[in-house]
Amino acid sequence: MIQLDINGRAHQVDVAPDTPLLWVLRDTLQLTGTKYGCGQALCGACTVHLDGTPVRSCVLPVSAAAGGKISTIEAIDGERVGQAVQDAWRRLDVVQCGYCQSGQMMSAVALLRQNRRPSDADIDAAMSGNLCRCATYQRIRAAIHDAAKALA
Amino acid sequence: MSEIVIENLSRRHFLQGSAGLTLGFCLPGLAAAADASAKAGTSATAGFEPNAFLRIGMDNTVTVIAKHLEMGQGTHTGLATIVAEELDADWQSVKVEGAPADAKRYNNLAWGPAQGTGGSSAIANSWEQLRQAGATGRAMLVAAAARRWQVGAADIVVRDGVVSHPATGRKASFGELAADAAREKVPTAVRLKDPAEFRLIGKQAKRRDSHAKTDGSARFTQDVFLPGMLVAVVAHPPTFGATVKSFDAGKAKAVKGVVDVVRIPQGVAVLATDTWSAKLGRDALSVVWDESAAFKLGTDEILARYQALARTPGAVAKQVGEFDKARAGAARVVSAAYDFPYLAHAAMEPMNCVIRLGADGCEVWNGEQMQTVDQHALARLFGLQPEQVKINMLFAGGSFGRRACKDSDYLMEAAQIVKAINGRAPVKLVWLREDDMRGGYYRPLFHHALEAAIDGRGQLVGWRHRLVGQSILAGSPFAGMVKNGIDAVSVEGASTLPYAIPNLQVELHTPTDIPVPVLWWRSVGSSHTAFSTEAFLDEVSGAIGQDPLALRLQLLAGHPRHAAVLKLAADKAGWGAPLKVQAGERRGRGLAVHESFNSIVAHVAEVTVAKDGALKVDRVVCAVDCGTVVNPDNVRSQLEGSVGFALGAMLHEAITLKEGRVEQGNFDTFPLLRINEMPRVEVHMVPSNAAPTGIGEPGVPSVAPAVVNAIAAATGKRLRRLPIQTGELAA
Repeated sequence: MIQLDINGRAHQVDVAPDTPLLWVLRDTLQLTGTKYGCGQALCGACTVHLDGTPVRSCVLPVSAAAGGKISTIEAIDGERVGQAVQDAWRRLDVVQCGYCQSGQMMSAVALLRQNRRPSDADIDAAMSGNLCRCATYQRIRAAIHDAAKALA
Repeated sequence: MSEIVIENLSRRHFLQGSAGLTLGFCLPGLAAAADASAKAGTSATAGFEPNAFLRIGMDNTVTVIAKHLEMGQGTHTGLATIVAEELDADWQSVKVEGAPADAKRYNNLAWGPAQGTGGSSAIANSWEQLRQAGATGRAMLVAAAARRWQVGAADIVVRDGVVSHPATGRKASFGELAADAAREKVPTAVRLKDPAEFRLIGKQAKRRDSHAKTDGSARFTQDVFLPGMLVAVVAHPPTFGATVKSFDAGKAKAVKGVVDVVRIPQGVAVLATDTWSAKLGRDALSVVWDESAAFKLGTDEILARYQALARTPGAVAKQVGEFDKARAGAARVVSAAYDFPYLAHAAMEPMNCVIRLGADGCEVWNGEQMQTVDQHALARLFGLQPEQVKINMLFAGGSFGRRACKDSDYLMEAAQIVKAINGRAPVKLVWLREDDMRGGYYRPLFHHALEAAIDGRGQLVGWRHRLVGQSILAGSPFAGMVKNGIDAVSVEGASTLPYAIPNLQVELHTPTDIPVPVLWWRSVGSSHTAFSTEAFLDEVSGAIGQDPLALRLQLLAGHPRHAAVLKLAADKAGWGAPLKVQAGERRGRGLAVHESFNSIVAHVAEVTVAKDGALKVDRVVCAVDCGTVVNPDNVRSQLEGSVGFALGAMLHEAITLKEGRVEQGNFDTFPLLRINEMPRVEVHMVPSNAAPTGIGEPGVPSVAPAVVNAIAAATGKRLRRLPIQTGELAA
């Protein structure tokens, strides 16, 4: 049994310790907001936070997340920065197909926690690990600026 | 089972006057259903359901039933906007629900008696139908209020979900009237609004799926879990045409969580209680493949064959005047050839579906794009009637054409697995990224060779365009559109060249000995024809010494819509104004215009090329004429995204084969555009009251030619092979 703290709740899961956190979230706990896109940390669709740091859950063994605080898209509105990001994403209608957006938003929250006034270049640097096949990138940039303004 | 034939539906009244290609689609067994769309019926049970597209609950909820797949293009919002407009609903109370599979009620009117989403036709084919649906609902609510209040219907006002009688001050919400409205007779004729009365159409209506897609609650096929469901991951053959010779499932079955290993025509499926176990099971599987009948060529060899074919005349797709004569008398001949790779759709959600076989039919969960075709295919396999195949609609995490597979490939694979285990459990088929990328059904590889004849006065008098590439439509439900050896979508955009050139010849070679599966990929034929025609016209303008915009406008005299869109883009971009250049940089501006799916889009791109050849696309200005703009913000969103989608293909993407094996597998070898490469995009719309036309695809074709034309303006170098090699741009 592995103990996990996800979005402030304790979970016990009976999985092999090298199972990627992504599949524990999705298949074991059915927290399906976190998406599978590539399985190799190439696309960022599976991004969650471990102790506040964005991680690619598709390559993170669940054992490495035990003892830490995991947060996912389902709890993004639980704190101020996440709420601001979610509001901005909705205000600007960033999403198209939406599949990558959980990961995009988790990366955006991490950026704004580090940098309350990111430039376009800061955004590009922080967000370049998150692919969007619909290419909503222009709105992602705008929404991050919008969230930053709301947080100022 | 019924054979699939094609019917040309361009005569249908709702599409009258629309230019360009109309897809006709027919399954004979369902021919009678063609005219049965939008059949009205009433039900007083849970509110009010005036027709197949609308339900009003006692709680004031207005539910619009969307017959088209939401795969990112915003169609759920667009379809609901049309209904809500004529209904005068409160946009905040509007919900959208995916329609069940039922070609009788939910057929795509642009396809005939078949349900499906594609060809950027969702809004165009639904426009009149949904205006009627909304107006019918409104008329019945008004009739119910008039009866209740004993007043004249003409004195009743409806706004934002409230029905009122201003003279007496009476008011009722939709929900309060729903039960009574359900008892009213369905009117045979309703008045539609004058565009001047629109309150939602052409205004801002927020996306209906933004909330669910920003809190993790939106459900995609990947997110479906059923009791007892098994997850299947499949070992696929390494080459197209290879089959399973033998396999050893011993190690796979030893993996914890693996429940079964079964052979299916598509390979060997590992079934497990969860995705990761199924994946580990597949890794542990050993399969010996029989590649004796497999396709073993590489893309370099395919391309060399195509280039040789292009030196010979092809089937004539379009002929105006006499090109050979014009060429013989020309003062100057310009020629160029262009190469386009196979492209994967690479939707962020790899292909997947869930199938459960029950006593009286089968049930499917899928981001479903071609309901009727898939129903027939699954029914054939299971020995069912098509209507016994129930399809539950989910969001698709992108598609770009991939989920509209003409052979129902991934659905059939899941169905074969269900069949192999005698339907004892529901099965979720999960393709991992590599399965998706190597699974075929690519945008076909194409080679284009063009020649232009210029006369002694510097006029463009002849144009010959030879294309070589596989047919998408052959063997598909749209095969009837292959006529005299010409697949209409191989040459669309080339054979429909809008420019007034007195001698025009378009020829096509369609190799039939390349078994790599090909499919429509966002903008289909225009994904390559816009590039070759618009890049080549720029080369011609250079040869003539005429400004690319001026030359186009001169040749577009007979196409005022094209000219207007091009002018709008050029004006907004500041065409002709000098670009600021810093030391060591080369900068340029380029443009292109193209019609697809009855919409016209023009792009003006600005680029900076560094000394080492590094390319930055700084700014892209788009202009569009897509008829009535139902949702301006969604049109903007689609055109912004189309720029990124097209740039990704132009800069990075190619599926290549070596000895028959696909060399790419994931985003390291098939890189998509990333945010740091995304230019600033501006979108401008031509105001129009014409019926709406497509927007999901038309923004793609003219991006890449505008950018290569800008690169040529900056560097003098013409890039003719996609994806481009920026190394060639080093100063």
